[in-house]
Amino acid sequence: MSQRTQEAWPIRLLLTVIAVSTLLALFALPVIAVFVEAFSRGSDVFFESLNHPDARAAIRLTLLVAACSVPCNLVFGLAASWAITKFQFTGKRLLLTLIDIPFSVSPVISGLIYILLYGAHGWVGHYFVAHGIEIIFAVPGLVLATMFVTFPFIARELIPLMAEQGSDEEEAAMLLGATPWQMFKRVTLPNIRLGLLYGVLICNARAMGEFGAVSVVSGHIRGETTTVPLYVEMLYNEYNFAAAFAVASVLTLLALVTLVAKKQVEKKAKRASRNSI
Amino acid sequence: MSITVTKVSKRFRDFGALNDVSLTINRGELVALLGPSGSGKTTLLRIIAGLEKPDRGTVVIREGEAKKKRDHAVGFVFQHYALFKHMSVFENVAFGLRMRRGDEKMSEDAIRTKVMKLLRLVHLDALHTRYPAQLSGGQRQRIALARALAVEPDILLLDEPFGALDAKVRKELRRWMRRLHEELNITSIFVTHDQEEAMEMADRVVVMSQGKIEQMGTPEEVYLKPANAFVYDFLGHYNEFDAWQLSDGSLLLSEEEAPAPSSAAAIAAPAKSWLRRLPVLGGLIAPQETIIYSTRANKPGAKPMGTKVKVFCRPHELQVQRDRAPGTVPARVVHVNPAGSLVKLELERSDGTLLDAEVPRAEFEALKIKRAQMLYVRPTHTKIFA
Repeated sequence: MSQRTQEAWPIRLLLTVIAVSTLLALFALPVIAVFVEAFSRGSDVFFESLNHPDARAAIRLTLLVAACSVPCNLVFGLAASWAITKFQFTGKRLLLTLIDIPFSVSPVISGLIYILLYGAHGWVGHYFVAHGIEIIFAVPGLVLATMFVTFPFIARELIPLMAEQGSDEEEAAMLLGATPWQMFKRVTLPNIRLGLLYGVLICNARAMGEFGAVSVVSGHIRGETTTVPLYVEMLYNEYNFAAAFAVASVLTLLALVTLVAKKQVEKKAKRASRNSI
Repeated sequence: MSITVTKVSKRFRDFGALNDVSLTINRGELVALLGPSGSGKTTLLRIIAGLEKPDRGTVVIREGEAKKKRDHAVGFVFQHYALFKHMSVFENVAFGLRMRRGDEKMSEDAIRTKVMKLLRLVHLDALHTRYPAQLSGGQRQRIALARALAVEPDILLLDEPFGALDAKVRKELRRWMRRLHEELNITSIFVTHDQEEAMEMADRVVVMSQGKIEQMGTPEEVYLKPANAFVYDFLGHYNEFDAWQLSDGSLLLSEEEAPAPSSAAAIAAPAKSWLRRLPVLGGLIAPQETIIYSTRANKPGAKPMGTKVKVFCRPHELQVQRDRAPGTVPARVVHVNPAGSLVKLELERSDGTLLDAEVPRAEFEALKIKRAQMLYVRPTHTKIFA
């Protein structure tokens, strides 16, 4: 490193202190606080809170919602990135804009839109209700709202990656006699697998942690339409702090696991890119 | 396998890539599609490969007279090789064999034997466990070729096969590819923007520009008998002179410094001793003995009769001498490049235009040519295009 790029030590120290203390105040302390609060009334209360039927139902529901919405977005994200990067068609810019909408619209608004559309008095909702299918204030609504919010994560991860790779390898595979499916499985997928995994991870993290949109369409029926984030809020509003933080610690753990997994994927991607041309 | 392209046109969103292109490639031929970027040569190659659909026209690939029943196998080598990054060299070459279905399915042993045979053919059998990233450019190129050959292609298409390699490797690979073609005798087409590459490798050269074929023929034909100014220009360096073409087909090189002729009558009297004879090849005017008027011809106020034309000649078609003589044009030496069997001279005429001349080393030494020296040059062969 040249002398020019080195600041005097007091400035370096100052910058480091500012950065570290900001990170501590904003991120590290809250994470620690979650666990401290969760165990504030002993581990018995902690495990009891988690073992409560409502808590178990919330965790089950959150897993269910994520299990429905993440694969849907995976398929959609792949298809959209494929279409956008490998083909020329009219409406491509429109599609790109549509993919970005969930990033720019507040989740609460997206929840409200679903109520307008699929609610009992909504544009299409009354039709479903007439056939005994409940969407709003039921699991389908939760899945829809979550899907909407997490819609761009995988596509946005894949589009730049696939655009950069171009379609030479796919064309080579086709000319060597591969069927479209063989081409996808043996050439496309291996090339994008790390980006895809990364996209799935952040999509999943967001799906499990989503609050706003889900809150609007959930109806807050305890043990039925309450996901973990909603359940935490409920407990908190009932001044049941230890239980609220105990459940919150589950989400926090999930976030930490995601972070570690993400780091692993990044490490692997780095190694892979060093090996590639 | 012969390839017949009939009236193929292709438009991309904002420009026409190909315009009514027809061409036939005979079985066993090695043909170069030569042209500048944007000339449509790669589009034509991709259409022949089936990677692109033409808007109009057809591509027929046939064996003898009958069209082949099953899909013909096309071997394609991409400009940047498009090797499968995540597969070893072995798996890259084996890919096409593993894709076979039904009766053609191959056993693992058969695949192994065949892949190793192909790798020996490209002299890379020792590297079969490597990954593409661990290979040099030339090695990747050869793997791409081995992979394309694995499917026993009826035709082999190569897109700028040596474009991404450095000059030395390129030269070696060209020779090797030429020999390989003689050995395998697969009908092959390669795209290039390098005229030297096309001349050196191809049986026939197809010169393209702006989505059209300008000329096709053997390397000799296109070089010695260019159909038009574009082909002439694209196939090598050249010098350009303004000249007057007289009614009897003779040429008058313009040169400001020369003294004025006494009258127009002088021009019409080619018997004068200071008129030089100069052959004109091809071009619009019929090849015939052409007379060049002395450098005195073109003084203002003494315009000769005839039409103004541009006259072209190659650097090696420029004869240089130390003494002023009729029919020569004076020029000053501004640069000497002594590398090679021909010494390359850059000369500047009095009006500032530059001339390139190539003189044999012996002549260069005999004339004792130095920088800033005044020389007199005379084209020995010229071409004129309408």
